[in-house]
Parts: sequence; C-alpha cells; structure tokens
Amino acid sequence: MKRLLALFLLLLSLALNAESIASDPLVEARLKSLSQELRCLVCQNQTLADSTAPLAEDLRREIRELIAKGMTDEEITNYLVARYGDFVRYRPPFKSQTALLWLGPTVMLIIGFVVLWVTLRRRNKTLPNDYEVADEI
Amino acid sequence: MIPEIGHFSLILALVLAIAQSTFSFKGASSNQPVFMSAGLSAARGQFFFVSIAFISLGYAFYSSDFSVLYVASNSNFNLPIQYKLAAIWGGHEGSMLLWTATLSLWTMAVTIFSQHLPAQFRARLIGTMGLITVGFLIFILFSSNPFERLIPAALEGRSLNPLLQDPGMVFHPPVLYMGYVGFSVAFAFAIAALLGGELNPEWARWTRTWTTIAWIFLTVGIAFGSKWAYYELGWGGWWFWDAVENASFMPWLVGTALIHSLAVTEKRDAFKMWTVLLAIFAFSLSLLGTFLVRSGVLTSVHAFASDPTRGLFILAFLAIVIGGALILFAIRAPKVGLGGKFGVVSRESFLLANNVVMVVACGVVMLGTLYPLFLDALGMGKISVGPPYFNTVFVPVMAPAFFLMGLAIFSRWKNTELPSLISRLKWAFIISVVTAIVTPAVMGQWKPMVSLGLLMAFWIITTAMVSLYDYMVAGSGNLILRVIRLPRAYQGMILAHLGVAVFIVGVTLVGGYGLEQDLRMSPGEKVKVDQFTFQFDGVTQTAGPNYMAVRGHFTVSKSQGAPIILEPEKRSYQEDSMPMTEAAIETGLMKDLYVSLGEPLNSEAWAVRIYIKPFVQWIWFGCFMMAGGGILALFDPRYRRKNKKALG
Amino acid sequence: MKTQLKYLIPFVIFLMLIGFFLKGLNLDPREVPSPLINKPAPMFEQPLLNDTSKTFSSNSMLGQVWLLNVWASWCTACRDEHPLLMAMSQQIDVPIVGIDYKDTNPEALDVLSKLGNPYSAVATDVEGRVGIDYGVYGVPETYLIDKEGVIRYKQIGPITVAALQEKIIPMIKGLK
Repeated sequence: MKRLLALFLLLLSLALNAESIASDPLVEARLKSLSQELRCLVCQNQTLADSTAPLAEDLRREIRELIAKGMTDEEITNYLVARYGDFVRYRPPFKSQTALLWLGPTVMLIIGFVVLWVTLRRRNKTLPNDYEVADEI
Repeated sequence: MIPEIGHFSLILALVLAIAQSTFSFKGASSNQPVFMSAGLSAARGQFFFVSIAFISLGYAFYSSDFSVLYVASNSNFNLPIQYKLAAIWGGHEGSMLLWTATLSLWTMAVTIFSQHLPAQFRARLIGTMGLITVGFLIFILFSSNPFERLIPAALEGRSLNPLLQDPGMVFHPPVLYMGYVGFSVAFAFAIAALLGGELNPEWARWTRTWTTIAWIFLTVGIAFGSKWAYYELGWGGWWFWDAVENASFMPWLVGTALIHSLAVTEKRDAFKMWTVLLAIFAFSLSLLGTFLVRSGVLTSVHAFASDPTRGLFILAFLAIVIGGALILFAIRAPKVGLGGKFGVVSRESFLLANNVVMVVACGVVMLGTLYPLFLDALGMGKISVGPPYFNTVFVPVMAPAFFLMGLAIFSRWKNTELPSLISRLKWAFIISVVTAIVTPAVMGQWKPMVSLGLLMAFWIITTAMVSLYDYMVAGSGNLILRVIRLPRAYQGMILAHLGVAVFIVGVTLVGGYGLEQDLRMSPGEKVKVDQFTFQFDGVTQTAGPNYMAVRGHFTVSKSQGAPIILEPEKRSYQEDSMPMTEAAIETGLMKDLYVSLGEPLNSEAWAVRIYIKPFVQWIWFGCFMMAGGGILALFDPRYRRKNKKALG
Repeated sequence: MKTQLKYLIPFVIFLMLIGFFLKGLNLDPREVPSPLINKPAPMFEQPLLNDTSKTFSSNSMLGQVWLLNVWASWCTACRDEHPLLMAMSQQIDVPIVGIDYKDTNPEALDVLSKLGNPYSAVATDVEGRVGIDYGVYGVPETYLIDKEGVIRYKQIGPITVAALQEKIIPMIKGLK
C-alpha cells in the first residue's frame, strides 16, 4: 500500500517534471526501508537513509544496484555485513550474544510485575488493618 | 586579570564547599546550631563565588579574550553576541562550569526555601549537596579548567561549531541542566533522610516539590533539544535514540516514576525505601549521563572530545557518590517500616505499576544504550543498537502504562472495586476503540500501528474526560468556576496525562502518515506532494554575520489560500568547511511543511528533500502540557499550607 | 538475613556497571573490526593511476606478502601517514600497493610528485567500489595480505609507529 502510494506520488511528480533522484520508485521505497535499518559508518550516529556523507551516498548507490539485480533485503544486508560487520546493522540480529538484548525487555517487564504482585500480596498479609494516614485526593 | 579572578573564585568556592559539607555534617551529628549555620553560610558563599567564576567566563567570551584557551577554541570576533555567550557552555570545560553553577543555584535555593525543615535534616541536606559540589569543583580545577591561559594569545578564535550556532543552544543546555542537576536535590533529601531516619509522609511532601520542579525543567529541556534536532539536522526526525539523548531520557523516566511513587509515600507512608531508591537512581542516571557524554565510551553526535582521564575521574566520582549512597541504602533500608495498608487493586498499586513500567522502560533504554559497550568489553564483537531496536521494544513496554493511566485516575486510595471500575469505563473504552479504528481510515489509509497509537491516546483522553465529568457534577457554580475550583494537584495530573495523549497522537501520526521526497529540482520545476505543489524558484547568495549562504526559494501552493514561501539555506561558515543545512519549515497545527536543500547536482539543479510532517508539533506541545501539569501541581495549596504550619 | 541481602542488589548491579565502564574507557567505540580478517581479499582489477590504459589486478600479487593502502589526495590523515609510508617502502621488504580512493588523477599524481611515491603500484577507485568491497569507511586504511591472498591485518586510520613495530612487522616476518 505504502509502495503504491509512493508510486502514485512519484508518477504525479514526474508528470510535473521535477525528477526524483531515483529512476524507479519501487527501488527507492525498498532502499528507504532498508537504509533506515543500517548505520552510516562515517558519521556513525546516523542511519544510511539520513546521512549525506559521500560513503553513505556510495552505499545507497550500491544498494540500488543490488536491488536492481534482484537480491532480497536479507541478501543485501548480508552483503554489507560481510564487508563492514554486524556494526552496520542498527537492528542487531538475534543470536547468542544478543539474546539478552532482545529478551531483556520482556523479562524485565515480567519480573517487574511479578515482584510488584508478590510484594503487594505479602505486604497485605503482614500489615494490620488499622494503619491510618491522611486521606484526601 | 578577569580570568584569574574567575579561577581564584573557583578555588575559594571549593574551599567553601568543603566547609559547607564538613560544618553541616559536624553540626548535624553533634546537633550544634553554630556549625549548622556556618555550613549554611558557607553554602551561600560557595554560590557567590561560583557565580563570580561563571560571570568571569562570560565576560571573557563577551570581550573575546583569546588569551584564554577555552575562549579561543570556542569563539571568535565574528560570532554574534548571543552565541558568544552561549559558547560559555559550547565545550567541555565551560559546560562543566555550567553544571556546577546550576548545582550552586539549586544549593542556594535549598538554603532559602528550607527554613521549615528540622535543623539537623536541613544541615544533612546542605552537607550532601556540598559533597557533590566538592567533587565537581575538584574535577573542573584539576582536569577541566576553563580559565587556562593561552600564551601567546591567539589573534582570532576558532569559533563555535556551526551546528551549535542556533537559538536552541542558548536555551537547551541551561534548561536541561536545571533538570539534570535538580535531581541532586531529591538525592540529597534521600541521603539526609537515610542518615537521620526522617522517612515519613512529611519528608515525601518536602521532596515532591523539589522533584517536580526539576522534572519540569528536564521535560522542557528534552523537548527543546528534540525540536532543535528536528529543524537543525535537516532530515526531519525528532528523536534518534542517540546515546546522549538516551542519557537525558533515562533520568526523565525515573524522575517520572519518582513523582508517582512520592505520591504513595506522601499519602500512605508506604514504599518508602523504594521511593528513596528512585531518588538515588534519578540523580545517579544524571551523573551516568555526564559520564557517558564526556568519557568517549560511546559514540554519539553530541559527544565531547573524548578523554579517558576525565572519564576515569567522573567514573571514580560516580563510584563514590552512587556507591556510597547505595551502601547507605543497604544498611538503613531493613529498619524502615512498611506504612499503610492497601488492596492489590487501589490507587497505590496503580501508581506502583506505573513505577514498574517507567523503571523497566529506563532499563530497556539503558540495556540498548550500553549493550554495544558490554559486548565490546567482553570481547564479543561490535554491534550497533539503533532506532529500529528501540522502536520495536519500547512501544510494547510502554503500552501497558498508557492503559493503566486511564484506569488509575478512577482508582481510590486503599481499595478500589474492580467490577465498578469496569462498568464505569466501558463507554470510554468503546468510544476509544471506535475512534481509533475509524480515524486512520478517515486520514486516508488504515494502518494497525496508527490505530493502536490512537487507541492509547483516545483511551487516556476519554477516561480523563469521564473523571473530569465526575468532579464537575459534584461541584457548584458555572462550568469554568467548577474547573478552577478543582484541586490544583488533580488539575495538574489531568493536564499532564492529556499531554501524554497529545504526545502519542503526534508520534503516531507523523510516523504513520509522514511523506518524504528526494528530488532533483531545477529552477522553475514543480512537484506535487500530498495536496501541496512545491515550486523551486532558484537560489540566491546571501551573507549572514559570519557565514555565506545559498538560499533556495520555494513557493508552496495549495488549491486554495495564499501561497507559502519557504527558503531553506545551505550555509558555509568561514572557519568550518562543513556546509550546514538550514531547513525551512512552515509550522502548522495539522502539519509541517519541511524543505531542506541538499547538494548542487549541476550548475542549476539541486538535490532537494521535501517532507510533510502531519501533527509533528503535537509532540512538543504534549511535552509542554506535561510540564504545565507539573507547574499546576506545584500550586496545590497543601504544599504551602503545611510548610507554613511547620514554620510557625 | 536473607531479607537484608536483597537491599544490596542495587549496589551489586552498580558495581558490575562500574566494571564495564572501567573496561570501556580503554576501548575505542569508533573502531570497527573488519569481518574480512582471515578471509580472502576481494579481487579487483582497476586502472593504474599513472597510466589509465593499463590495469592493476590483485591476482598479480598472489604468492607474495603485500600491503594494500587506501588513500586519497583530499584526505589530511593520509598526508600525516605519508612520511611513514615513505620510510616503510625503503625499510620493509614488501610491496605497498596504493588505492587512490574517490579522487581525481591529476590531484593524486600531484601529491605523489611532491611528497614522493612509496607505492609499487597505485590503482584508482574513482567510484569507491573497491573501497566498499574492502569495507573501507575512513581513509587511510591499510591491509596486510598474505601469499594465499588472505587478509591478515587491517589498520584503520593512519599507521602508527607502534602498530608498525608491534603488529605489522612481526606479522610480515611470520608470513614470509
């Protein structure tokens, strides 16, 4: 749907003669979604999509060509990882080293609520009923 | 001469800060008023001398005194005056001085507004703040002296990084630091209470005011920073999950948890140790942020020139302050009582559930930010953790909090009946679901994430409305009077929660319906994006006070209404070869039009990026509403009334 | 006793964090290790800088240990590295092949004529494609390649005297 919309908008823009940087809007849409997940190595804290560094432009060109060759997103990512390492991926792959990273949030949330529940229950059992403090909204 | 006065003032301030903490702690432990008041005077004197130092540095910048190394590296003659002054905190040394000056300002405020506190508690409070000040002053004097001379003096300075030459630089750091450093007061309250054992509802009420003020500053400071990044960096994003942004976001999350947990401690005398721990955490995370930014252990767009020696010093300081606080906590915590009893479903438990989510959210941000460092330190390779990770894991963690927010407003202290809650809120829930499903379809395209985001926002809004309605029915007088007569704390809570909803609407819609075009445009060419036609009318050369610029001219027309002129610039500063992109933005309630100029592609054509950002302003407006809610809550009479009583 | 210990949890977690930070202070977050170490060096065949009608092929280096240095005339760090490369070309008995990265030939030739030419051959990479294959992200970068054409070491940024003496020279001796 998003691609269709992009295609539509781009056709519109072509009709009005301002040219998109890319020749093929479908390639461009894929480049965009892919490059938002990749790190620009020169500037290091920007995505490849946002960066204007020369290397980022070269890599975008490279990715366009790879898309045109018919490679899948995964193949393209692997192509870049083979050259620059996992460092280029802003979304680290799930493997043994990153298991804690990916499972951590869920585990923390579960532990948090379990601890809260247990503490509240235990507290309720140990406390007398008549403890009173100021009571207003 | 003036820089030497500044330097000498810092030395005097250090001596006074040492006196401040020694006298205060001595006075508190032996209960001798003489020592306690000496500590107080030393604190005020310390503020005086730090101010002199700060003003001296300001004067050095104002008068372009390039015999001072720090001034020569961060300013030059051509720099406009407001940036000369903002350059005070443009580099490492000066921003540390700003840190310390802010801390002194908070200390001064504490000495003035703490007269109602028990004398010993007050002395311990001021003593703790003195200890923190000592650490920072030693750090400045021994490793980051902004007054260091440059011999021979430079004829011209190297100027401020062009990225920082922006009105945002004038406001963002001081406000952010007021928030960051403000948590030191909550920290000092926690330490003083642990030392003296004054952990009671009174303590929570004293602490709450200070925490809320710091939190307001932090909220506004982060929002400023986000907005600055949005217009300055030229790609229209508002949050990048950059290490330094995360460093300011973590204390905010814990600070938010602290405000809520202080409510439980204040009302019900419960979860005191948890509250104290959060107060320690909030400031620890501020210190951690300082360490992360300045030590170079993480890469960041904001990072100062990395220097492991400085990093080591801050780390040692961190270890002493936080480690000491946590050991004190471990010793004192087991002796503290449990407080009031409440049901598993009650306002208390909802507030604590908020705490769980906020602290877990902070844990998630910390995990993502530090994970590359962990792996690297263990020799397990280099990875990057960036926006795709945070966006994936952060939303599911926060979603339960937004749902609980709606329920929590209706819950009562001590015990709430779950069935009654469900029956009262079923209409709010149905309305939210229907609106959330329908609205995205009306916007032109149905997307599940948009729908989910809107559901959370509408849920917060409708439940707030039901709650307001309940109070209004009970009140008397006309509608406006009834709203005004509501308790300030309640008004503040509703406003802040509505701010969260507004924020969610902005985030959701700009993420779901934002448009972006990368174009090659020659003068005269047009492009239609959404319902707007952007026409490129060419570029002209202009000059600023210290830069040359190429200014692009765009006429944006809609089917009806006057056309809008947008003029993005590409600036080259004399001292810096990197050209700066200055985007042109037409701000609107419903959408922003955003144009930035890329590289020239040939003699005529330019690379142009055009963005349409629907509802993006709501993001910052929501933040300001949250801060506004905090301000309203501060005016709740119970804080002033009881304080006066205690004084009398 | 058990309940007392739980209050120490925050402190223990904090100590672990401090440990990581202490370690982290000595690491450079900007340095990205190349995944190409101990992998075959990507093959390339590019025009020569001084004679664009001829090409240089990386296959021609098979059977010998060599250094591949990526540089450019616009790169200031390369200028700092240049004297060391000149010294290496005379004192170390391995060929240094240059790749002139995203550069124009006249400017590159100008630099070499002024500062001297340490390279046994310089191939051009105007579009930066060889650079991408080698995972170059900041010039200068230097690769040590063995007789089988496998990358053994990568220096990111200018070669330092320390890196030369402690890493590169011993490795070259081992590989020969």
